[in-house]
Amino acid sequence: MLIIGEKLSIIAKRVREAMMKKDKGPIQEIATRQWKEGSGMIDANIGPAEDGGEDLMQWMVTTIQEVVPLPVCLDTTNASAIEAGLKVHNNEWGRPLINSTSNDPERFPILELGAKYHAQVIGLTVGKGGLPADAEERAGIAAEIMARAAEYGLPLEDLYLDPLVLQVATSQDHALKVAEAIKMFQEMNEPPMKTVVGLSNISNGCPKALRPILNKYYFIMLMNAGLTSAIADAHEMAEAMKEKKLVDDVLAGKKIDDLRKMREIEKTYDIFMNRTLYAHSYLEM
Amino acid sequence: MAFAVPKETYSGKVFELTIGSEKTVVFGGENVLPFNAFEGSVPNRPLIAYEIQDIPPDDWPETVRKVYEGVSGNPVAWAKYCQDTLNAKAIALRLVGTHPDRNNYSPEEAAKTVKDVLAAINVPLIILGSNNADKDSLVLVAVSEAAKGKNCIIGKAQEANYKTIAAAAMANNHKLIAMSELDINLSKQLNILITQMGFDKEKLVTDPMCSALGYGLEYTYSVMERIRLAALAQNDMTMQPPMLGDIGMYVWKVKETQAPESDLPSWGSLEERGIAWETATAGSLLLAGAELFIMRHPSAVQAVEKFIDELM
Repeated sequence: MLIIGEKLSIIAKRVREAMMKKDKGPIQEIATRQWKEGSGMIDANIGPAEDGGEDLMQWMVTTIQEVVPLPVCLDTTNASAIEAGLKVHNNEWGRPLINSTSNDPERFPILELGAKYHAQVIGLTVGKGGLPADAEERAGIAAEIMARAAEYGLPLEDLYLDPLVLQVATSQDHALKVAEAIKMFQEMNEPPMKTVVGLSNISNGCPKALRPILNKYYFIMLMNAGLTSAIADAHEMAEAMKEKKLVDDVLAGKKIDDLRKMREIEKTYDIFMNRTLYAHSYLEM
Repeated sequence: MAFAVPKETYSGKVFELTIGSEKTVVFGGENVLPFNAFEGSVPNRPLIAYEIQDIPPDDWPETVRKVYEGVSGNPVAWAKYCQDTLNAKAIALRLVGTHPDRNNYSPEEAAKTVKDVLAAINVPLIILGSNNADKDSLVLVAVSEAAKGKNCIIGKAQEANYKTIAAAAMANNHKLIAMSELDINLSKQLNILITQMGFDKEKLVTDPMCSALGYGLEYTYSVMERIRLAALAQNDMTMQPPMLGDIGMYVWKVKETQAPESDLPSWGSLEERGIAWETATAGSLLLAGAELFIMRHPSAVQAVEKFIDELM
């Protein structure tokens, strides 16, 4: 399981300010912490970065790799910023990952970049027409992206399929559909296709105290479906790994000593499996 | 081989609510999807309440305003007209006049109106605020107390003000409408929060927020449908209160109920069109699972009652 540390995102105020001021301190501190917590790669999300994206991505890649011996996940919609980042990326620590292409023709040049720089690419299974309705639609889009990858010369083992995790608070039925899609993706090639998710989106919009619970258990659910990597909070995922046996026991119908924990696991899986309707207070019911 | 009708059975059941004191009315109580009596039991008809308000309906279109000409200047006369002449089974009094941007009536003035109306009628009363969250939390507390013992429905409690309103409804033994904004998860959450205060879930009415035909009605329809499925198929008790379709206020402000025939001759008679619009909106939500309706035009009410006759 590859954890791609998610904390260096322009959405976070502290990170955004550091990016604007080109202040290496906070960026390197956050990158180092994620590495120590078990990240195998660091996501550098600079947003759409329409102005000066090339500079910013290069600065992010070098700033991160100055202190952390890991590859970087280049996360922006700006293709030329991605290319700039690829040029300075130190492949000694592993090959970079591009986040992302999709089934939208405007995003196909990303595949070309992946092939040219021998980088790996995330293929988000959405098209121009909006969000996929179910697992089958995700698999259909995945097949299209795989065909495009072959066309542009990107080996399928360098493609990570992303089924697009949606918020459980507003799109509850997709929690299970994403898990089904992950299973389907693996069957689409031999060796199985690699998969990745933006995990924390599952709990976006949920109360703060609930977020780690949803993130951890959902991670385990997707891991059991065969997920190979996640853009996530490395600390939370390390916690999840510690709890995995407990969760698997509860899911297998065994009793565990910690009854509070057992109820928490059962109730959370009832939500993911669509057996109970989500509400922010679902754990109190 | 003879055809066997496939049947679904459900583990859950919608709560049955009884409202009123002198004359009571019961609604809800079914354990099947709307009108599927062949699969289980539909013990009660959906209930339609006539909407009146504490100030003259100057902002209602002429076609529906003229029906109440001569009585709508006075909420007591209006309520009596609905009960005695239109045979209303229930009346919904909307206290729009308490809104700070309207007449800004005080909670005491609202309480007096409620008392006067209650003294004049014997059918159940639904008492609605002006949908100003702050003002409602004062007004609905005062009117709950004024209506003590009358077993009314008070509304609407929303995320911003549910605590005071639910406490007042509870203290005075009324039913309560919980309204959230077209989101099934938030609707469930509000019902949980209200019951966590000690309010009896079997005294709640869920309002998932309404809309008029052509103006997002499909969202209301879909949320109602999913609420009903959660109540029945998942036996989700937080989703088992009856649902409200508060449609009159949405229907009678859309273009289709206002634009004169002279401007849009192809749309036909304005009066018939308005009635048809309110009827079609109510009819749709009837099929989505709503058990309580608040409507304005008597001809639309009659048409929907007839529709219910045929479906029951």
